[in-house]
Amino acid sequence: MLYREAGDYKTTYAKDNQTFPIKFDRVAYYVLLFVAFCVVPFFINDYWANAVLVPFLIYVIATLGLNILIGYCGQLSLGTGGFMAVGAYSSYKLMTSFPDVSIIIHILIAGVITAAVGMLFGLPSLRIKGFYLAVATLAAQFFLVWLFNRVPWFYNYSASGQISAPERTVFGINVTGPNVDAWAQYMVCLVFVVACAWLARNLTRGNLGRSWMAIRDMDIAAEIIGVNPLKAKLTAFGVSSFFIGIAGALLFTVYLGAVEVGEVFGISKSFLVLFMVIIGGLGSIFGSFAGAAFMVLMPVLLKNVLVGGMGWPTDVAAHFQFVIVGGLIVVFLIMEPHGLAQLWRVAKEKLRLWPFPH
Amino acid sequence: MNEMTDNSTVGYMTDDGRQIGGTMMEMKNITLRFGGVVAIEDISFDIREGEIRAIIGPNGAGKSSMLNVISGFYHPQEGEVWFHGEKRPTMRPYKVAQQGIARTFQNIALFKGMSTLDNIMTGRMTQMKSSLLSQAIWFGKAAKEEAEHRQKVEEIIDFLEIQAIRKTPVGRLPYGMQKRVELGRALAAEPKLLLLDEPMAGMNVEEKEDMSRFILDVNDEFGTTIALIEHDMGVVMDISDRVVVMDYGKKIGDGTPAEVLANQDVIDAYLGVSHD
Ligand SMILES: Nc1ncnc2c1ncn2[C@@H]1O[C@H](COP(=O)(O)OP(=O)(O)OP(=O)(O)O)[C@@H](O)[C@H]1O
Ligand SMILES: [Mg+2]
Repeated sequence: MLYREAGDYKTTYAKDNQTFPIKFDRVAYYVLLFVAFCVVPFFINDYWANAVLVPFLIYVIATLGLNILIGYCGQLSLGTGGFMAVGAYSSYKLMTSFPDVSIIIHILIAGVITAAVGMLFGLPSLRIKGFYLAVATLAAQFFLVWLFNRVPWFYNYSASGQISAPERTVFGINVTGPNVDAWAQYMVCLVFVVACAWLARNLTRGNLGRSWMAIRDMDIAAEIIGVNPLKAKLTAFGVSSFFIGIAGALLFTVYLGAVEVGEVFGISKSFLVLFMVIIGGLGSIFGSFAGAAFMVLMPVLLKNVLVGGMGWPTDVAAHFQFVIVGGLIVVFLIMEPHGLAQLWRVAKEKLRLWPFPH
Repeated sequence: MNEMTDNSTVGYMTDDGRQIGGTMMEMKNITLRFGGVVAIEDISFDIREGEIRAIIGPNGAGKSSMLNVISGFYHPQEGEVWFHGEKRPTMRPYKVAQQGIARTFQNIALFKGMSTLDNIMTGRMTQMKSSLLSQAIWFGKAAKEEAEHRQKVEEIIDFLEIQAIRKTPVGRLPYGMQKRVELGRALAAEPKLLLLDEPMAGMNVEEKEDMSRFILDVNDEFGTTIALIEHDMGVVMDISDRVVVMDYGKKIGDGTPAEVLANQDVIDAYLGVSHD
C-alpha cells in the first residue's frame, strides 16, 4: 500500500509535469542520490570502480546521448564510437595545449566540439532516413577512426600513435593519470552523469523534446504543424553528440588513461552503446541507466559465474556472452522495443494496483 | 444568403447572421501534376475571413492535393497562392504553419508514441519561443512558458471534452477520439485558417454531430476561418457557407450549398455521368 498516487493530487501544471510525480519515487530518487554521493565513495575499491561503477557511469552518458538521437528523434546512428573518439581526442589536444585550464572545462569543450562534428555528420539526415542514414553514420565512424589514426597532429606525433592523459587535478585531487584514486574517478563521472541526466530530462520534457518525438513519430505531419525539421534533427544530433563526446573524453581521461583509437573507439563501441539503448529502452532516461547497467554488469556476472563458479574456459565464457547479448537484442526488439524501462513501468503499474489486480 | 458583392474586401452576411469578411486566401489558376497525372488543373477560388468553406468531389478529384498545396506540402507547377493580400512565395510547410495555417489529415497523422496532452502541446510548436539553453536548465523562462502553454492546451482539452484521455497514449484511443485529438492539435496553434481533411470520415452519426458542433463552435467562438473536405453532403449543407466542387482535378462548381446542388455539372459528376 506504500506505492500509491491516490491522495497525491497535483494543484499546478508544473507539479503535474514533474520528473517523479509519485512521492515514493521521489523519495527513492533522493535516497539513491544520497547513497551515490555520500556512501559509495567511502566503500568503493579499485575492483568495483574499474570493473563496474566507472564504466557504468560513463556509458550512461553515452547511452543518454544516443537515446536522444535514436529513441527520441528516431534518427539511427552507428557513429557513436567515432563521436566518442572526437571527445577523447579533443580533450587530449586541449589538455596538452592548455595545461593550466581545468580538466572539467576541457571535457565540456570536448563535448561542444563533438556536438559540432555530430551536427556536421547529421546533415545527411535532412535528406535520408532509416537504413541509409545508418550507413552514412557508419561512414562517419570509419572516417573518424581513420582520421585519428592517420593524422599525427591528433596524437601529438607520439611514436606509439596512442594518446595518454597527463596527470590533472580537480580541487587538488588527482582525477587522471596513474596516481588516481578509485573514489575520485567515480566522483568525477558521477557528477557528469547527474548533470547530463538532468539536462537530458529537461530537454526531453519541453518543446524541443516534443519536436524530436514528432519527427520520430511522423516527420511529414510534424513539419506541417510547424516543426522545423532542420532544427529538430540538427539539435538532436548536436545534443546527442555533446553527451557522447563527454563520455568519450571521460573514458579516455578518467577511466583508461591511454587510448589507441581503433581498439577503443571502433565499430564495436558503436554497437555496444546501441545495444544499451535498445535493451534499456528507446526514448527513456531511466532506460539509459538500466541498459548501461545491464551491459556492464552482465559480462562481469557471467565471468564470475561461468569462469569462477563453473570452471569454464575464459574464451568459451566470452563467446557465450555474445550469444546471450544477441539473443536478448532479438527478444527485446521483437517483444519489448521499450526495453527494461517498459518492464519496470509494467511492474510498477502492477504494484500500484496490488493487492487488487483490477 | 444575400447577394455577393464583387468587392472582395467587403464580405457578405450569412443567413444565420454571421458577418463574413474579405478574402483571406486566394488560389489563382493552380495546376499540380504528378508526372503524367494532373491532380489539379487550373483551379481558382477564394476563402474569406470567418467563413466555413467546403471542398467536395468524388474520390481522386484532387481535394486533398489542394489542401496540400495550401499547406505548402505540394508545390504547384502553375498558379499563385495569395494569403492576406500578398502573393506567397514557395514555402516550406513549417513556415506556412507559422503564418497561422493549421490542419488535420485524411488518414490520422497523430504522434503515436506520445500522449494526448503531448500531441496537443506539440500543436503549440509555432507559439513557443524559449531557447535550447533555457530548456536545458529548465529554470525561469522555459518552465514558465511550458506552464502558460499548458494552460491554453487544457482549455482546448476542456473545449473538446477529452479530459479523461489527457494522459493516454494516442495509439490506444478509438478512431473517433483520435480524430478529435487531431483537431485539438490543430486548434492548439490558434490558427487563422484551419484546414480539415474529411474530419468526419468513418464516424457514426453521433460522432459526426459532435464533430459538426465542434467545427461550428470553433468558427463561432474563435472566429477561425475553416476550409474542409467532406463527403457527407448532409453535413456540408448544414455547416458550410460556400462550396467548391472538384472532379478529375477540375473545378466544376462554386457557390452556396444550394447553388452547387442545383448545378447540372455537379449532379452529373455525383451521379457518375461518363466524361466524354
Ligand atoms: N504524392 C502523389 N504522387 C502521385 N500522385 C498523387 C499524389 N498525391 C495525389 N496523387 C494523385 O492525385 C489525384 C488526386 O488525389 P487526391 O488525394 O488529391 O484526391 P482526393 O480528392 O483527396 O480523393 P479522396 O476523396 O479519395 O481522398 C489522384 O489521382 C492521386 O492518385
Ligand atoms: Mg483526399
